Amino acid sequence: MSTITRPGPVPGGRAGTGLSLRASSPRWGEKAVVGWLLLCAAFSVLVTVGIVLSLVPPTVEFFRRVAPWDFFSTDFWAPTNAGNPGFGVLRLVVGTLNVTFWALLIAIPAGLGAAIYLSEYASSRSRRVLKPVLEVLEGVPTVAYGFFAMTFVTPLLREFWPTFLPRKLGEPPGIFSAASAGLVMGVMIIPTVASISQDAMSAVPSGLRQAAYGLGSTRMQVATRVVVPAALSGIVASFVLGISRAIGETMIVLLAAGASANLTFWPNDSVLTMTTFIARTSTGDIGHGTTTYYTIFAVGALLFVMTFVMNMISIALVRRFRETYE
Amino acid sequence: MSTSTTPRLNGPNRTGVAAARRATELGLDGSGRRGSWKGGAFRALLVLCLILAFVTLLAVIVQAFVRGLPRLDLDLITGMPSTLDRETSGMQSAIFGTIYVMAGVIVTVVPIGVSAAIYLEEFADHSRWWVRFIELNIQNLAAVPSIVFGILGLAFIVRGPLSLGPVAYAGSLTLALLVLPTVILAAREAIRAVPNSLRLGSLGLGATQWQTIWHHVLPAAVPGIVTGTILALSRAIGETAPLLLVGATVFVTYNPDGFFDGAYTVLPVQVFQWAVRPQEEFRVLAAAGIIVLLGVLLAMNSLAIWIRQRFTREL
Repeated sequence: MSTITRPGPVPGGRAGTGLSLRASSPRWGEKAVVGWLLLCAAFSVLVTVGIVLSLVPPTVEFFRRVAPWDFFSTDFWAPTNAGNPGFGVLRLVVGTLNVTFWALLIAIPAGLGAAIYLSEYASSRSRRVLKPVLEVLEGVPTVAYGFFAMTFVTPLLREFWPTFLPRKLGEPPGIFSAASAGLVMGVMIIPTVASISQDAMSAVPSGLRQAAYGLGSTRMQVATRVVVPAALSGIVASFVLGISRAIGETMIVLLAAGASANLTFWPNDSVLTMTTFIARTSTGDIGHGTTTYYTIFAVGALLFVMTFVMNMISIALVRRFRETYE
Repeated sequence: MSTSTTPRLNGPNRTGVAAARRATELGLDGSGRRGSWKGGAFRALLVLCLILAFVTLLAVIVQAFVRGLPRLDLDLITGMPSTLDRETSGMQSAIFGTIYVMAGVIVTVVPIGVSAAIYLEEFADHSRWWVRFIELNIQNLAAVPSIVFGILGLAFIVRGPLSLGPVAYAGSLTLALLVLPTVILAAREAIRAVPNSLRLGSLGLGATQWQTIWHHVLPAAVPGIVTGTILALSRAIGETAPLLLVGATVFVTYNPDGFFDGAYTVLPVQVFQWAVRPQEEFRVLAAAGIIVLLGVLLAMNSLAIWIRQRFTREL
């Protein structure tokens, strides 16, 4: 995927060409340096191996104590209940998806809109100002967002909840709610969606745009009917990455979504997400070797697998749109 | 990659062409032009999307200021965290803990990250499967949830094989692994931006490849590497979740004894601990802590921008 036409690695002394280009000495020092550099590059693989190694044995131990069937299909979550423990992870997954849904409801339209504006409407000067500000937004610590959700958005939601809505939807949320965490998380994800979508849109050849303009299309038609469809795989990749961010986010849900494992998709309920469970349980004092201890790793493994699949989909989609226009 | 010169009419390209054709059909019947207010409304909608993001950022900052202003005093910086004296409680231990942890992160991640970037940009043969595997792995690692790194730190660094215990360097190591992909990515971009003529000139004069990199490529790439690294570190400073798992959990009322001794806490964790307490005084403290945290981040970002502008020369 090298984007610059550079004559790749210069062969130090590869045989075959005959005469003088072969190095005059073996250059052991240089070889050692390259070896060290390769080791550093391979270190990242070691990190992944480390993640897998730290997750798999405790997860296996967990499944020796709790049947996988109970983990994935029962609807009962009480891992710390000594008398009658329950390990139905479904409640955590639904809680996670609940918050993720509300987050994406904000992040996908707003992120895509921001990307279209930056790519198709903004002048290069305003783009130079707006992009760094978006990057700052990406750099705000999540604990600050969490505090904001807990102390500002939640009271606001409780005050101005549309109570005219029918039935359950009309009840104002409590101190903890999926909506509060989801909305703030949505804003947190906007820069991720916007910046990857914008990259995809600026990779669309300008010939396509000019052709459409030349045939009398308006700017909006060019943006929505030419650029967005042509950049679709990159845009979808940004959505997928946004989903994976939302699933893995911890601090906002820890502060604003609460800890009751409700099996619900209502925005005004409190939910327990997978990350919240891990953070809460591992910071409390639980005995090393208890089933609850192993539950952390089982939920962590599930989280890792879910985000891993998402990331792979996203990477594959990005790769596809990149190859097309090279 | 693909060097064929014939236009490829499959895949997304065809989608683009089809879309252009459709836009043409729609545009030429005159309906697109007449509804020019639609274009204006659409543009307004797009601007609204950006404004939503910026207004929230502003709201986060303003809210922290309004709430935290009463406690933005010297006690906040010099005082130790306390559950008793809510009026004079500060976060000195968290500030020192952050300095310790970040120093550890820098020492660990910069050599490894820059070395990996040099290998991938200058030496790696990208047609080899294992080079592509490493690249894919780095890309994937960049999107692994931070709490999973916390689990890794708990199982491997605090307990397990390394068993450092809950000390400052355990936090450093966990955060270093977390930001490693970001540092590698930033360093690669900086190295890639060094013009090739510089390399060819050096090689043409008989320098070895490593001499070329050490004496010419790296010095030219340093501003970019430093900028990217500062941005990666500013992410590490704000991370909370993984540190909750690797030791920075208890209320620490003294500064760390060293990198490998004693308990520690860091700014975001301290903010979190104040935020979850129900008393209003602690909420105020949390807001004040967020202001300090945002101030540090803003300073780091400004420094990165300044370095980029001061040292980046056209080569």
